[in-house]
Amino acid sequence: MPRLTSVRDLQDMRRGLTSRGDPIESGTPWVAVCAGTGCLALGARKVIDAFKEELKKRGMAEAVQLKETGCPGFCEKGPIVVVYPEGVHYVKVSPGDVPDIIEETIIKRRLMDRLLYVDPVTGARGVHEDEIPFYKHQTRHLINDNIKIDPKNISDYIALGGYRALARALSAMTPRDVIEEVKRSGLRGRGGGGFPTGLKWDSARAASGVPKYVIVNCDEGDPGAFMDRALMEGNPHSVLEGLLIGAYAIGAREGFIYVRAEYPLAVENARTSIVQAREHGLLGEEILGSGFDFDVRLHRGAGAFVSGESTALMNALEGKVGEPKPKYVHTSERGLWNRPSLLNNVETWANIPLIINRGAGWFSSIGTDRSKGTKIFSLVGKVNNTGLVEVPMGMTLREIIFDIGGGIPGGKKVKGVQTGGPSGGIIPEEHLDTLVDFDELISLGSMMGSGSIIVLDEDTCAVDLARYFVDFLCDESCGKCVPCREGLRQMRDILNEIVAGRGKAEDLKTLREIAGLMTAASLCALGRTAANPVLSTIRHFEEEYLAHIREQRCPALVCERLVSYFIRPELCIACGRCRENCPQGAISEGEPIEEGKDPFMVIDQSRCSRCGICYHVCPSKVRAVVRVSGKSSDPSHETAIDKALGGDSGWRR
Amino acid sequence: MDAADLDKVDEIIDRYRGQEGILIQLLLDLQSELNWIPREVISHLSERLRVPKSQIYRIASFYKVINLNPVGRHVIQVCMGTACQVRGAHKVLDFTASRLKIKPEETTSDLAFSLKKVNCLGCCSMGPVMTVDEVYHGGVNLEGAEKILKNLS
Ligand SMILES: Cc1cc2nc3c(=O)[nH]c(=O)nc-3n(C[C@H](O)[C@H](O)[C@H](O)COP(=O)(O)O)c2cc1C
Repeated sequence: MPRLTSVRDLQDMRRGLTSRGDPIESGTPWVAVCAGTGCLALGARKVIDAFKEELKKRGMAEAVQLKETGCPGFCEKGPIVVVYPEGVHYVKVSPGDVPDIIEETIIKRRLMDRLLYVDPVTGARGVHEDEIPFYKHQTRHLINDNIKIDPKNISDYIALGGYRALARALSAMTPRDVIEEVKRSGLRGRGGGGFPTGLKWDSARAASGVPKYVIVNCDEGDPGAFMDRALMEGNPHSVLEGLLIGAYAIGAREGFIYVRAEYPLAVENARTSIVQAREHGLLGEEILGSGFDFDVRLHRGAGAFVSGESTALMNALEGKVGEPKPKYVHTSERGLWNRPSLLNNVETWANIPLIINRGAGWFSSIGTDRSKGTKIFSLVGKVNNTGLVEVPMGMTLREIIFDIGGGIPGGKKVKGVQTGGPSGGIIPEEHLDTLVDFDELISLGSMMGSGSIIVLDEDTCAVDLARYFVDFLCDESCGKCVPCREGLRQMRDILNEIVAGRGKAEDLKTLREIAGLMTAASLCALGRTAANPVLSTIRHFEEEYLAHIREQRCPALVCERLVSYFIRPELCIACGRCRENCPQGAISEGEPIEEGKDPFMVIDQSRCSRCGICYHVCPSKVRAVVRVSGKSSDPSHETAIDKALGGDSGWRR
Repeated sequence: MDAADLDKVDEIIDRYRGQEGILIQLLLDLQSELNWIPREVISHLSERLRVPKSQIYRIASFYKVINLNPVGRHVIQVCMGTACQVRGAHKVLDFTASRLKIKPEETTSDLAFSLKKVNCLGCCSMGPVMTVDEVYHGGVNLEGAEKILKNLS
């Protein structure tokens, strides 16, 4: 293991790697298989094993290098395999495809049509990333290298120019220069708040007190977001390099990487990256011979959303309960063990090497007036191409959902998008042309947050989704301050009544009042933003609330208490699935109306708990279970049943 | 707990000798060894680290990942993150719970299964997501959940 003791050593190592025929730069064939959590869940491990075995069997294990790489983001189509040097991009690869890939693509250099991405709209096949709409419309600076790098091998990162920014900072820039560069770049924190990164660094630098600390926030408790996981798993050295530069800039000698324990692979890869950086002398004393000493420790979180908040996270690092404390003084001045502590999000840190390498001018040329650079979004929910997408700030939601995401599955209509997680809100369809940046989304009552974009179709109930977030936050509120703890509980009670059809006329007013109080008086941002899901849905979907309250009707047919289930005898094939699965035992075979008619199932409405399991287990070719909502769906209401069974309008299957 | 187990506990504690702020890390390591944190371990930790038991309980009960009760041989997690939620995760949870005849966060009386709901596993592209003994399953509908459960029993 070469210990790098100077900038020269680093350059030599990089040159050595590329001239020795490192597959990344040379023309030799090699195969990248995404080994991110997503592709692994879809069976990537078996694909990797198949490659190993097949290459060995053919005696090609030496000639063709196999890399287990980070996540390129197109999780929808995993397991993903890319064959280099041509960069042929294969999707949904199974172990059975592996011998063919070796025979056809690697040996004979022929494409395999069946593994190429097919555009569902045009039918066109995409061979390389830039021919696949999902990638084509992105601007990938942060996650671009994930598919080329084995995150467990520091050489891969170095071969692609890794740690060059650190070398530059240490050898050619003063700490002040570094901070000026970050300030001029206009970078704002990616953890949700959007605080100008350079300013934060400046105040940590200026703060008195030693030692100082730098910290990576990879708690990522925001449900629906996974960009930090993909970076930490897929390119951990880019985060570590950013952290090193930050430590140099503010004068810290010690750092922490806080990763939630629910991300075991991110924990593992972060740990490996630290060990390897240490072995190469990129952590420790006299880094690259510059007189700068720095080391990092890994800290695992243990499942608490609120622990991602800055003061809570620092409490956790001190071994205490990870709950927030009042912030009379910024943590950059007094944080961990009351020392100046610079906390940034994973993605914020990963941007730093780019800024140092390519300059603040380059960085600030991307994006909008007040939001610079690219942002990684997790595009998920009811959208065709789910995955991670990196785009310049200021793209519209519509472009993201339709150009990159390929639209909504099943011919459904888009109802809106949820952004910003539990601190954000729902933006309705008519605002999809909004530019996505820090400020625009706030003006619609939502926020960018950590970058989750959850697409909703007509089958999502706005009230139920608000209730879901409030429920989530009730669970996750640490309970320390009253406005958050009790406010959430009160909101939950009211929303539970509304979705059960027992809402009262004054409920919306009460919800707004509670929201106002929580926003004004909560201790941390969890409570201060907790009402956003409720407020934004009331603002944009008030009529849906009113349908629940006044008509006991759930227009999206989601709220269990307001939906009744019936079986249409003429469609039912009496397969018995619903009867088997009904937890109430409410389903039995019906009395045939005439002798010789086909058997069918009926639901005993007095026993039905309206869980909807029958609806979901009814085979998709049969679809005999129907849902009805509204006052007239009272089970004792004969006409409603007749209506449902007769296939009248007013309900949806 | 027998002596061998306590030796293991001591060995884990010794890994962190001389470091500050390690209680959560210790509990996580102990749990990955023992699957849960029995009372005896908390007493033992309290003696070894000279930290009041109440303080250890305070931390152990704050974090969802830490199990203070025995867990089943199979641990099933259903992700309730937003992306899974809008694709029907609550139905998968209800279904699994009714099949196992326990509520979320409970363990069957024969200690065969524990059911947990988690707030986001970060595999949002493939929701609804369910993990069984740390193996991830994506795109789980009720049929899928049924199959997964059948394979276990
Ligand atoms: C309840 C709550 C949870 C948070 N969770 C995270 C998180 O998981 N990751 C993160 O980077 N920031 C999170 N934050 C924001 C942090 O408090 C902090 O602002 C951020 O890590 C600073 O980094 P940045 O300036 O690079 O954005 C959370 C804030 C709150 C109030």
